[in-house]
Amino acid sequence: MSKSSLNTLTLTQTIEGLKQKTFSLQELYGAINQAIEQNNQKLNAYLTLDDKALAKAEKTTHLPLMGVPIAVKDNFCTKDFRTTAASKVLDQFVPQFDSTVAKKLKEAGGVIIGKTNLDAWAHGSSTETSGYGRTLNPRNPNYLPGGSSGGSAAAIAADMTIAAVGSETAGSIRQPAAWCGVVGLKPTYGRVSRYGVAAMASSTDSPGPITKTVEDAALLLNFLAGHDPNDATSSPQQAPDFTAVLNKSIKGLKIGVIYQDIPGLEMVNEKLSEQLQVFKELGAQLETTKALDPRYAIGVYTVVQRAEVSSNLARYDGIRYGHDRSYFGPEAKRRQMLGTYTLSKGYAEKYYDLAQKVRTLFLEDNNQLFKKYDVLISATSPGFAKKIGATEGAAMFGELEDMLLEPSSLTGQPGISVPYYRDPKTHLFLGMNIVAPMWQEQRVIQVADAFEKNTQWNTWRNPL
Amino acid sequence: MVKSVVTPKDVEHIAKLAKIPVSPTEKRSFATAFEETLGVVNQLRQLDVTQTPTTHQVTGLENVWRDDEVDETKMFSQQQALANGTKVHDGYFMVPRILEEKDV
Amino acid sequence: MSWQETYEPVIGLEVHVELKTQSKMFCGCVNNPFHAKKPNIYTCPVCLGMPGGLPVPNKKAIEWTVMIGLATNCKTNTFSKFDRKHYFYPDLAKGYQISQYDLPFCYEGSVNTSFGKVRLNRIHLEEDTGKLLHTTIKGKKVSLVDFNRSGVPLVEIVTEPDIKNGAQAKEYGKKLRQLLRFLNVADCDMEQGGMRLEANISLRKKSEKNLPKYKVEVKNINSFRFLEQAINFELDRQAKLLDKGEQPKQETRGWDSIKNQTVAHRGKEEAADYRYFPDPDIPPIHLTRKFIQNIQDALPELPETIGQRWQKEYSLHPKQVAILLEFDESKELAWLDQVFAQLSKHSLPVSQFVNDFINKKLKLPSKNSVAQTIQAFKNLHQAETIDTRELATVIKQVLDENQDAVKKYQAGEQPVFGFFMGQVMRRLGKKVDPQAIRQALQAALEA
Repeated sequence: MSKSSLNTLTLTQTIEGLKQKTFSLQELYGAINQAIEQNNQKLNAYLTLDDKALAKAEKTTHLPLMGVPIAVKDNFCTKDFRTTAASKVLDQFVPQFDSTVAKKLKEAGGVIIGKTNLDAWAHGSSTETSGYGRTLNPRNPNYLPGGSSGGSAAAIAADMTIAAVGSETAGSIRQPAAWCGVVGLKPTYGRVSRYGVAAMASSTDSPGPITKTVEDAALLLNFLAGHDPNDATSSPQQAPDFTAVLNKSIKGLKIGVIYQDIPGLEMVNEKLSEQLQVFKELGAQLETTKALDPRYAIGVYTVVQRAEVSSNLARYDGIRYGHDRSYFGPEAKRRQMLGTYTLSKGYAEKYYDLAQKVRTLFLEDNNQLFKKYDVLISATSPGFAKKIGATEGAAMFGELEDMLLEPSSLTGQPGISVPYYRDPKTHLFLGMNIVAPMWQEQRVIQVADAFEKNTQWNTWRNPL
Repeated sequence: MVKSVVTPKDVEHIAKLAKIPVSPTEKRSFATAFEETLGVVNQLRQLDVTQTPTTHQVTGLENVWRDDEVDETKMFSQQQALANGTKVHDGYFMVPRILEEKDV
Repeated sequence: MSWQETYEPVIGLEVHVELKTQSKMFCGCVNNPFHAKKPNIYTCPVCLGMPGGLPVPNKKAIEWTVMIGLATNCKTNTFSKFDRKHYFYPDLAKGYQISQYDLPFCYEGSVNTSFGKVRLNRIHLEEDTGKLLHTTIKGKKVSLVDFNRSGVPLVEIVTEPDIKNGAQAKEYGKKLRQLLRFLNVADCDMEQGGMRLEANISLRKKSEKNLPKYKVEVKNINSFRFLEQAINFELDRQAKLLDKGEQPKQETRGWDSIKNQTVAHRGKEEAADYRYFPDPDIPPIHLTRKFIQNIQDALPELPETIGQRWQKEYSLHPKQVAILLEFDESKELAWLDQVFAQLSKHSLPVSQFVNDFINKKLKLPSKNSVAQTIQAFKNLHQAETIDTRELATVIKQVLDENQDAVKKYQAGEQPVFGFFMGQVMRRLGKKVDPQAIRQALQAALEA
C-alpha cells in the first residue's frame, strides 16, 4: 500500500500497521491531512480541526488506540476545544471539560483529529440544517450525507479519518451511515455515556461508532462502552468484548424481516430481499413477519423528542456561555416551540402522555417479536440519499426519513446499519438495519459482520 | 381525529413560554408547521391505549444515586466557570437588571 | 365590628429548607454557599447547566427528606421520581428546576401547634437556584449571578390551608425549624435564605366551607416575626376589600419590613405554565419498606415526644417544657434527659431544677457531666441543710446586739423584721434559704 493512501485503512488495519511498524504515525497523519486538504473544503465534514493532533498522537503510542485519528461529532464537549453543536448559539464555546466519550477516547490513546458537522443540535437527518453550511455526500456531492451525524459519516466515506463517533437520537448514526455507504452502530440506550453530549432527546440519545467496517464498529465500541457514574441512565453492567462475535457463524440464528408491507418501501424492500439470500446460505432461518406500523413511531418520536428538546435547549440563555436565544436557527426554534406546546397546560395529556403510551406499544411489540427472532432486519432508510436542498420547507423531513429506525430508538434497542446495495449510476448506497434486544449489540455485530464479509458492498473490503 | 387549529396568537403565547423571539412571518410559518406536525401526531389516536401505561425510560434502572461526597475532580475554578461567560464582573456572571420578580 | 366575626382565615404555608449535605443535590460540588470565599467556585458542568451536564441524585438528601416526612407523620411514596419544572430566570442554570411534581417523597403528614393540628400536604425534594445580586456598575443597573448555591438540595414542606392566624403560622414555623435542626439535616439560617417562608392567605365567609376563589401568596419572608406581621396585615387588608364587596386580586406579594406592609410583586399577569414532565436523566426512585424502616429505626425520640414524656414523668408544666425544647440539638435534649433521670432517682425536684435554669441560676446544658450538674444543683440549694446550731448562734448575737430593735418589733413595728433578716443573712455570709432564716428568727423573737 502506498503511503499516500494510508488514510483508506480501516481502524483494525491501522492499529495492526502501527503495531507492526509498517508505517509511522507521521505517514498516517500525512495521508489523513492530505485527504482533508483535498476534500474538506468542498464536503464540509469537519467544522474544527486540531492542528496539534499529530503531536498529541505521538504521546499516546503506548495506549491501545496508539494515536489513531478519530473524528468526533461536534455535539460532544471536548476540553479546551471549540464545541458548537453546529449552532451559532455556541459559536465561540470552548468547554472546560471533556464528555465521557472524549475522555475515554483520549485515555485509550485515540486522538480527536477534528469535530464534525451535524444538523444544528442534531435536529435533522440531512446535515443541511447546520449553522455552518451543509455537508455533502462524498459518494456523490449532489446529494446529502444524511444526518444528523452527516459530518462523521462523510469523514469516513471520504477517508478523512480512520474512525468516527456520532450520536443517535432516532437514526442519526444509522441513516447517514446508510446514505454514505459506511457502517453505523447505535448501541443500546445506556451502553455509552451521554455525559457531556449536548442533549437532544435525553431518553433516546445514544452515542456510537461510525466506521468503515463492522469489525471497526465493534472495536471502537469496546472503547466507548461502559458504566459512567456521571450518567444516571448509564447501565452498570459490564460491557462485553464486542469483537468476540466477529467471524462467528450465524447458523441457526432466527432472523425476522420486517416492514415488507409498508407502502413506499417497495424499492428498498425489493433490493433487500435479493440480498437476504446470503443469510440463508449462511444457515440462518429467515422469516418475513409483521411489526407495529413504523408510521406510528413518527408521531411518538415527534412528540417525545420535541418535548425533550424544548426542555434540553432551555439552558442556552447566553449568560454562562454562548449567545442568547435569538441565535437559534429556524429548526431549533420550531422544535422548541412545538415541544413547549405539547407540554403546556391542557395539551400534555393530549400529546405527550399519548405518545409515551404508544411508545409502550412499540416496546411490547418488539418484545413479542424478540421471543421469536434473534434479530429483526429492515431497510435503514426508505430510499437513497436525497438531493441537496431537499429539507427546505419540509417540517417532517427527518421523521419520515428515519421512520424505520424510530421504533428501535424509542425502545432503546441496539441497531446497526451496513451497506447492502450500491446504485451503479449515482454511486449512492442503501443500508440494512439490524436490530436486537436490549444489551445484545453482539448479535447485531455478528449478523452484520457475516453479511459484510460474504457480500461485495463494503468498499474497504472490496475497493471500487 | 381531534382537530387542532393553531393560531398565530397561540404561537405568540408559546414563543413567550419558550422564550424564543419570533417574527410575524415566523408566526405564520410556525402555525402551519405546527398543524402539519400535529396532523401526524393525531394519527396516534387510531391506536387503543386505554389500558397502556406510559414509558418514559427504557433501561429499567431505578434508585441510581450517589453517596453524599464532594467530587473535586469535576469542580471548576472560578476562572473555568466564567471562561465562556459573555459578560462577567468580579467573579460573577452579569446580566441586565432583572425587573420582573421570579414567579416561582 | 372586627372582621373576625364575619370572616375566617384560610392560610397555608410553603417552607423551603436547604439541606446541609456535604455535596449538592445532583452533583459532587461542595454544598456550602453561604461560606464560599468567592462567587462561582462551587460549580461544575452539572450545576452550571453546561451542554451534556447530567444530574445524579444525592442519596443522603433523599434519606433526609424521608426522615423529615417520618418525623412529621407523613406517608412515604414507595414509587417516586424527579420532574423538570420549566421557567426562565438568570439564576436558573438549566432553564428548568429538577423538582417533584405528582409523586413527592412524602405526603399527608401533620405538625401540632397550640392552636390545633396543621396538616401537611406534601414534602418534596428539589434543587436550589443560583443567587442574584442587584447592583449598579458604571451607571448601569445590572444583576450579578453566583451559582455556588445552584443545585443545593432544597426540601419544600407544604401545609394544608389549616392555619388560622399569624401567631399559629409563627408557632408552626418555629416548630418546624426546631425539628429540622434537631434532626441535624438543616441549619435553617433564615437571614441567608437557608429557610424561606411563603404564605398563601385568603379569607372566606364563616359559613363558607369551600376554599376561597382567590389566594394571595406572600413570598420572601425571612423571619417568623415578619411572617406573623405579614399574615396579620394581609388578613386586615383583604377583609377591608371584602367589606367593600371586592374580591382581593389573586397575586404574589412581598413583605416590606420597613413600611410594615405587603406589596404586590411586579410580575407576569398570566398564570405560570411550568410544563412539568418526568426528568429523563434520572431513573425513578423505588423506596423499599426496608429503606423506609431503616430510617424510621434511626429516628431519635422527637422533641414533641420528649416534651410530653417530661410533663408526665417529672410533672413539668407545658411552659417549662416549651422553653427547654428551644434547645434544638438532639444531644442537648438527650443530656437534659439524663440529668432529669438522675435527679428523679435521687428524689431531687426536677421542676425546681428547671426553674433554676429558666431563672438563669443554673447554666444549661453545660459541658459538665451529669454528676457535676447535679452537684451544682445541690450546691445551689445546700442552704436548706444549714447547720441549725450555727443559725441559732447568729440570731442570738444579732438580737443581743440590737435590743432596741427587738423592743420595737415586740411593740408591733413589723418592718423591723426585715432589718433582722438582713443582719442575720449578712453575718452568715452565704446563701441560705430565707425561709429557714425567717422561721428561726420568728421563733427566737417570740420566745
